[in-house]
Amino acid sequence: MTLLDVINKLLGRQPASANTAKQRLQLVLAHDRSDLNPELLQQMRREILEVVSRYVEIDFEEGDVTLETEDRVTALVANLPIRRAKLPAPAPIPEPTLENELSS
Amino acid sequence: MAATSTRYILICSGKGGVGKTTLTANLGIALAKQGARTAVLDADFGLRNLDLLLGLENRIVYTAQEVLAETCRLEQALVKHKQEPNLALLPAGNPRMLEWLQPDDMRMIAAMLGEQFDYVLIDAPAGIEGGFKNAMAAAREAIVVTTPEVSAVRDADRVIGLLNSEGVKPIQLVLNRVRPKMMANQEMLAVSDVTDILALPLLGLVLEDEQVIVSTNRGEPLTLTGNSSPAGRAYTNVARRLQGEEVPLIDPSKERQGLRATIGRLMQTRIF
Repeated sequence: MTLLDVINKLLGRQPASANTAKQRLQLVLAHDRSDLNPELLQQMRREILEVVSRYVEIDFEEGDVTLETEDRVTALVANLPIRRAKLPAPAPIPEPTLENELSS
Repeated sequence: MAATSTRYILICSGKGGVGKTTLTANLGIALAKQGARTAVLDADFGLRNLDLLLGLENRIVYTAQEVLAETCRLEQALVKHKQEPNLALLPAGNPRMLEWLQPDDMRMIAAMLGEQFDYVLIDAPAGIEGGFKNAMAAAREAIVVTTPEVSAVRDADRVIGLLNSEGVKPIQLVLNRVRPKMMANQEMLAVSDVTDILALPLLGLVLEDEQVIVSTNRGEPLTLTGNSSPAGRAYTNVARRLQGEEVPLIDPSKERQGLRATIGRLMQTRIF
């Protein structure tokens, strides 16, 4: 944050627009470069959340899957806060069989 | 004799109206003045304007179209600049040509120009469609022109993607129509924002300059008449850097003097 931003905030003015421009550009370019349309990204997001939530309990409200770009490389970034790990389903206990009893 | 080291440079932007043709005209004149034999090829034949900016609009008789059809020789189609005989213009053709011109035709024309010139500057049309792809076919390296505006930067990014996929390199950036005062107020993308986003080296930085319009009115590029204006100096420096000379870039925040500029710089200081 710069001095100008602070003054703008104190005076209740809109923040300077250059930073907004930069952020909007970075977002739109991440999509342009990956050639993913928002619908496809949404679907991918849903499926990723589904797979991850099989193993851990995630905070759906806070979780986010986005595209980020730096140096012309686009990365898929998933930020999924974990509430707790799901306990693995108890392994089935082998039923005592006649064979087992005989061998022991 | 064939110049084996000819440089074929595409000048492109994606978005229209950001200054491709102005850069081509000024760069062509500046290179010619520095002693380089330079051809400017107007590949924007749908809406050609390079002739007008160079003041050569009344001297065009033939185009690359006639050269390819062998109805005239290359020498007849080249329009030599009177004051800077090292510079020649070749218009690619007229709008009717769009239908049959192919990337191979552009390659052939560029190769013919390469036999007598050190630089072949190709003024690309706006857009990323067929016309642009034809122009790109003739190029080995590229200069991408953009302005510090979201739409221009976005379109430049698309073009850079295409250039990368065709293996055109190096690709360098010219940032045009920079307004130091707006940058100081953080109401315009900073130079570093644009170079970071596009990840290209900066070949030139041109300040917004009313003299550009005056020069286009006259058909005399700023680099022709000397370097009395900021944009003219910037274009000349682009040419010098292309030739391998190290010329420092201007710092937009230092272009303004006095108390207001000092306060402006203070306002930009990152405090947390």
